[in-house]
Amino acid sequence: MAMISKDPVQACTATTLRQFDSSKKMAMALRKFGKDGISIWRRGFSSSAGLESSSTRDATPVNLFTAINQALHIALDTDPRSYVFGEDVSFGGVFRCTTGLAEQFGRQRVFNTPLCEQGIAGFAIGLAAMGNRAIAEIQFADYIFPAFDQLVNEAAKFRYRSGNEFNCGGLTIRSPYGAVGHGGHYHSQSPEAFFCHVPGLKVVIPRSPYQAKGLLLASIRDPNPVVFFEPKWLYRLAVEEVPDADYMLPLSQAEVVREGKDITLVGWGAQLSILEQACEDAEKEGISCELIDLRTLIPWDKETVEASVSKTGRLLVSHEAPVTGGFGAEISASIIERCFLRLEAPVARVCGLDTPFPLVYEPFYMPTKNKILDAIKSTVNY
Amino acid sequence: MAAFSAVKIPPPQFTTVRSSSQRPGSSPVHFVHSSSAFNSISFGSAKSVRSRPLFAVTSGVVSSDKTKAASSSASNPAVTREVALELYEDMILGRAFEDMCAQMYYRGKMFGFVHLYNGQEAVSTGFIKLLNQSDKVVSTYRDHVHALSKGVPSREVMAELFGKTTGCCRGQGGSMHMFSAAHNLLGGFAFIGEGIPVATGAAFSAKYHHEVLKQSKPEGLDVTLAFFGDGTCNNGQFFECLNMAQLWKLPIIFVVENNLWAIGMSHLRATSDPEIWKKGPAFGMPGVHVDGMDVLKVREVAQEAIARARRGDGPTLVECETYRFRGHSLADPDELRKPDEKDHYSARDPIIALKKYIIEHGLASESELKSIDKKIDDVVEDAVEFADSSPLPPRSQLLENVFADPKGFGIGPDGKYRCEDPLFTQGTAQV
Repeated sequence: MAMISKDPVQACTATTLRQFDSSKKMAMALRKFGKDGISIWRRGFSSSAGLESSSTRDATPVNLFTAINQALHIALDTDPRSYVFGEDVSFGGVFRCTTGLAEQFGRQRVFNTPLCEQGIAGFAIGLAAMGNRAIAEIQFADYIFPAFDQLVNEAAKFRYRSGNEFNCGGLTIRSPYGAVGHGGHYHSQSPEAFFCHVPGLKVVIPRSPYQAKGLLLASIRDPNPVVFFEPKWLYRLAVEEVPDADYMLPLSQAEVVREGKDITLVGWGAQLSILEQACEDAEKEGISCELIDLRTLIPWDKETVEASVSKTGRLLVSHEAPVTGGFGAEISASIIERCFLRLEAPVARVCGLDTPFPLVYEPFYMPTKNKILDAIKSTVNY
Repeated sequence: MAAFSAVKIPPPQFTTVRSSSQRPGSSPVHFVHSSSAFNSISFGSAKSVRSRPLFAVTSGVVSSDKTKAASSSASNPAVTREVALELYEDMILGRAFEDMCAQMYYRGKMFGFVHLYNGQEAVSTGFIKLLNQSDKVVSTYRDHVHALSKGVPSREVMAELFGKTTGCCRGQGGSMHMFSAAHNLLGGFAFIGEGIPVATGAAFSAKYHHEVLKQSKPEGLDVTLAFFGDGTCNNGQFFECLNMAQLWKLPIIFVVENNLWAIGMSHLRATSDPEIWKKGPAFGMPGVHVDGMDVLKVREVAQEAIARARRGDGPTLVECETYRFRGHSLADPDELRKPDEKDHYSARDPIIALKKYIIEHGLASESELKSIDKKIDDVVEDAVEFADSSPLPPRSQLLENVFADPKGFGIGPDGKYRCEDPLFTQGTAQV
C-alpha cells in the first residue's frame, strides 16, 4: 500500500503544496524518468516480500545510488519547499546520489555547503523548523559526530520542548555508512547505535535499492526527524528492479525476508546480504532460518521479531558496529523480556569487534558469513 | 619588538596596541592598519590579495621578474648552496614518492583512500625544513610528504601505506594517519580540522614546559605547525583554535594550504571572504598570504613566523596559495577543475622553478641536480622493496592498543587475557 502521509508539516503547507494522488505522482515521475526506463512487460521482484505499492509495476534494474537519486528527484518534485544540501552535492556527490538534481531544480534548492557538519545539521534543523523539508547529506557517517550535538540536543527535542509549537519533522539526514573493504577508520563506521539512544529521532537503514527508494521517500515525508543511513558498500554492487513511480514503504515495520522455523536472524543494511548467504549455507545443513530486516531501528518493530522468536525459539542478531553497546544489545534485551520462557538458547550477537574500525584487519573485524554460520549452529545445538 | 627580516609580517604594535585598548571602536582602525601595512609590502603576492582570481600571483623570488621584493638578484641568491640543494632534494623526494604511490596503488599494492601531494611540495619543504627535531607537525590526510620532510624514513612511510608491520604506525594507520613519536609528527587526520585543536594542545604543552616547568631550550619555545586546507577554514574547530592560540599566545603556526578546491567544492564558492589570511587579524594574530608555489618565498615567511613563535610572540596564520596537480585522491576523476587553471599552475611547478633558480644563480650544476634525482629514485625504489618484503601484521595485533594495557581488554573470568579467548575474535565473547 502506498502511503500518503498526512503529516502536520505537509498539512500546514497545504495551501502551497499540491495534493497528489498516486496516479498523478506516477505521471509526474514517469515524465521525469520517461526516457527509456519504462518497460511494458512486467518483471519479477527480488526477495523482498511482495510489492507494497499499488502503482505501476513498471520498473528498471538500478543500483542503490540511482534508486536514491530517483527518490530525491521525486521528493524535490513533489514538494517545492524541499532542499537538498551537503558537501559536494551539486556536482552529484561523491557517491553520485545527487546527480542531476542541481541542474533540474536549481542551485537555490540543491546546493553545496562549506565543510562544517555541525553547521549543516543546525542549519537543516532551522530550515525544518520553518516548515521546509531539509534533506541534508553528511558525506560519510564517520563525519556525523560534529553534527551529533545538534541532532541529539536540538533535532530530537525540538517538538518536545516547545510543546509542539515548533517541530523539525521535515529534517532528514542522509549519510553513507558501513564498511566498504578499504575504508579504514574514518570511512567505514556504523554509528547507528548512538542515534538509537535518542528519543525523538528515527533511524532508518535500507538493505537494497527497492527498499532504499521507498524508505527514503517515507523518511522524507515522515513528520519526524529521520537519520537515514545508506550502506555504501551497496551503492554500486546492489542492483534490483525498482519501480519508476513514487512509492513509499512503511517506517517502523520490519520485514520477514525469508521464512524459517529453527532460528530467527535479525539484521539491517548491508549485513542482510551476508546473513542471507549464511541462511543458504545453513539450509544445506538442515537448519531453517527466518531472516528479518529491521528496516527502521528506532522505533523498531518489536512485534514482528517477537512473533518470529515465538515461532522459532532462537534469535541471532548481526551488525557491523562493535558488539558492546551496539543495537543488537537492545534487541536482545527486549526479546528476552518478552520471550524468556520461549527461548531455547541465549540470544547470539555476531557483530564487529570492540576495537576502532581497523584498516588492514577489516576481514577479521567484520561479522562474516562463517562467524554467523558458526553462531547459528551453536545456537541451534545449544 | 625585535626588527623584522625582509618579510613584513604585520608589526607587533598592531597586537600590543590592540590588547591595551579594549574599545570596540578601535578594532576597525587596527584592521585597516594591519591590512594597509601588509599591502605596503612590496611582495609579489600582495598584489594578488586584492585582485581576484587568486591565480594572478607572480613569484618575485624565483621568477625572472626582478622585483624589489626579492632580496635576490642574479648575483645574490637568497639561499646558500647547501640550503638550496637540501630544499631541492626534499621536494624531489616528495614528488618521486607520491608518483611511486600512484603506481603502487594502481598495481594494487596499496589500498584505501590515498591523497597525493603533487604540486604542493614547496609548502611542506619551505616550512618543515626550518624545524628542529623537537618541533611538532600536525597534518591532514594529505600527509605523506609532511612525514617525509619531517624526517620519517621513506621506508617506514611506504611500509605504512602497504599496511605492513614495519610501517611507522605498525600498519594500523595507513595513508591518512602517519604518526611518529621520534620525529614529532602528531599525525595525519582523515577528518578535516581535527588536527588543529590537537596542534593547539601540543603548542600549549610546549609553552607550559618553557614557562612553568622552566625546561627552556636555548633556541626558545618548541614550535608546532598545523597544516590544513582551504575547506577546513570554514569549520568551527579552526576558529575555536585561532581564538585559543592567540588568547594564550601559543607557539603555533597555522599553515593553510589553499589549493582552491575541497574535493569538488571551489573555495571561492564556499567561503564568504575567500582571503583566508584576513581571519588571522580578526582574532588578533598576524595573517600572511604567500605564494605557495615558490619554496624560497614560503621559507622566508616561515622563518619569520617560526622566529615569532620561538620568541613567545604567539601564533601566526599563513595562507599559502598552492595547487594540487592530481585529483583529491587517487579515486577522484578530477573532472571539475578547468584545464586552463591546471595549466596555469603546472607552469608554476615549484620544483622546476627552484631548479631554474639554482642553475641561474650558479648554486649547482645540472648534473649535480640530476644525481640528486637519481639518488632519490633509488631511495624510493628501496622503500618499495622494503615495504614489499615486510610482513603483514599478525592477527593478534588487531586487539592491541585499544587501551593502554597492551593486552587490551584485561583479564577474563577464567584468569586468562580476554583477547586470548578463542571466541573473542568471533565477536561473540563477553568483553
